[in-house]
Amino acid sequence: MSGLEQVGVGHFLVLSAILLVLGVFGIFLNRKNIIVIMMSIELILLAVNLNLVAFSAALGDLAGQVMAMFVLTVAAAEAAIGLAIVVVYFRNRGSIQVEDVNLMKG
Amino acid sequence: MNWAIALPEIVLAACGLLILVIGVLRRQDATQICTMLTLGAFLVAGGLVLTRSAGVGYFGQFTVDRFAVLAKLLILAGAALSLMLSLDYNRRQGIGRFEYPVLMLYAVVGMMGMVSATSLMTLYVALELHSLALYVMAAFARDDLRSSEAGLKYFVLGALASGLLLYGISLVYGFSGTMDFAALAHALASPAQVSPGLIVGVVFVIAGLAFKISAAPFHMWTPDVYEGSPTAVTVFFATAPKVAAMALFMRVMVGPFGHLLASWQLVIEIVSVASMVLGALAAIGQTNIKRLMAYSSIGHMGYALIGLATGTELGLRGVLVYLIVYLFMSAGTWACIMAMRRKGLAVEEIADLSGLARTDPALALAFGIFMFSLAGIPPLAGFFGKLYVFLAAVQSGLWALAIIGVLTSVVGSYYYLRIVKVMYFDAPGEAFDRRPSMIGFVAAATGLFTLFFFLFPGPLVAAAGSAAAALFG
Repeated sequence: MSGLEQVGVGHFLVLSAILLVLGVFGIFLNRKNIIVIMMSIELILLAVNLNLVAFSAALGDLAGQVMAMFVLTVAAAEAAIGLAIVVVYFRNRGSIQVEDVNLMKG
Repeated sequence: MNWAIALPEIVLAACGLLILVIGVLRRQDATQICTMLTLGAFLVAGGLVLTRSAGVGYFGQFTVDRFAVLAKLLILAGAALSLMLSLDYNRRQGIGRFEYPVLMLYAVVGMMGMVSATSLMTLYVALELHSLALYVMAAFARDDLRSSEAGLKYFVLGALASGLLLYGISLVYGFSGTMDFAALAHALASPAQVSPGLIVGVVFVIAGLAFKISAAPFHMWTPDVYEGSPTAVTVFFATAPKVAAMALFMRVMVGPFGHLLASWQLVIEIVSVASMVLGALAAIGQTNIKRLMAYSSIGHMGYALIGLATGTELGLRGVLVYLIVYLFMSAGTWACIMAMRRKGLAVEEIADLSGLARTDPALALAFGIFMFSLAGIPPLAGFFGKLYVFLAAVQSGLWALAIIGVLTSVVGSYYYLRIVKVMYFDAPGEAFDRRPSMIGFVAAATGLFTLFFFLFPGPLVAAAGSAAAALFG
């Protein structure tokens, strides 16, 4: 049971890179629902937080953890505003399917 | 700790809270009073920005120098101009609510923080404060489908860009060990400290910031958001946030990453060329003037990036002159677009302008001046903006960028001049509604600035020069 000691910062970096890629693909490949896009955005921010905390521990520097707290706070505000906009959009459009967001081409 | 260094921002944020309370307590005319109070708060903040002395505070996270002062004054001017235009427009569109000036005020606080940020942490928090307010503003016409769709698109793509920027920040922090700009510049001075992971982080940061200034290939939100948002909001988007994001971009690139010039120069060059070409070609087929102006703004950011790509003091001076000129000419253009109303409804097609010279010669003249200036025809202000960045590019040996810039200006002038042609040579349509005096005032003031810039470029260019010098301090 000595596996845990071998977990280094590299493992965290790989995991967070995987989470980031999942999040980005979740936004671009998802054709269903805007809520899934919001979940993907949260995934990206969590990947960043994991990175920051891992670096902070590896460097022995607190700034990364302080930054992670800021990111958490901002992510909450961002989710609140995003959901509010989704609600407003749903009231006007009657749907939150991604393929219905097409009034303006672009 | 020198907390008073951020006094303009603190005062502005406190005013925002106060105005919010006043808006809630007043039943009648809350919008008018809150708008006037916000304009007053901008004025007070401008005065404080001018009288504060330079310095560093908050453990090096917040810096006031000549560069920050110039950028803050430009941001406040752009926000004040767009707020003046918004009052009457919002009322006519039935969205005259007092939250609008408060949201704009907090966006401005965020932008002022952005241009003063000298730590990745301040950078991120200020950038998010400004972005979150802008997402809400884009969706401000909450009963209008196009506005809420614009808000939704801006939110999703903006949050993605923030995420990428943040990922870049985490990599830069991890591979350099610090978030402070001065410490980063010091650490990256020795090539041994520069690892591939750090370069990846820098590229992520560039991608996130390029999104905020809507440079190609991160521009896809711009046309939709410009078209869908209420025009009063689009005026704001086209002025102050552009200055703030570009100023932040400049500070980040030449400050902490200044020693990596060889690594990022090519990236900025590619982004610049892509923006210029896209701005010139994609605007040609547009029939909606708001969409056309969106592509035009992408092109203009491409020209401004030429100056940044040089990475020299002269180039940054060019960018700052460009931002000063662009702020006023785009505010004026948007004032003219706001005047396009028939029977109480806003019209947005270029064809609606036909024969404007006969039905409303003054508006056609102002519109014409702005179009010639955006095209970069001497002796209007837009020409000087381009002149200084091209000059810097040539002196740094970036001939290719300068030549592409001139060629795309020529292509771009086609669609600006087409609007002039529609206004002056097509059969007149129905006259526009009487425009409110504020639109006339803003269009006249910015029009005179654009027209007579060539008489007094000295002080502004000198101010831009000393601001650019402060970055290289």
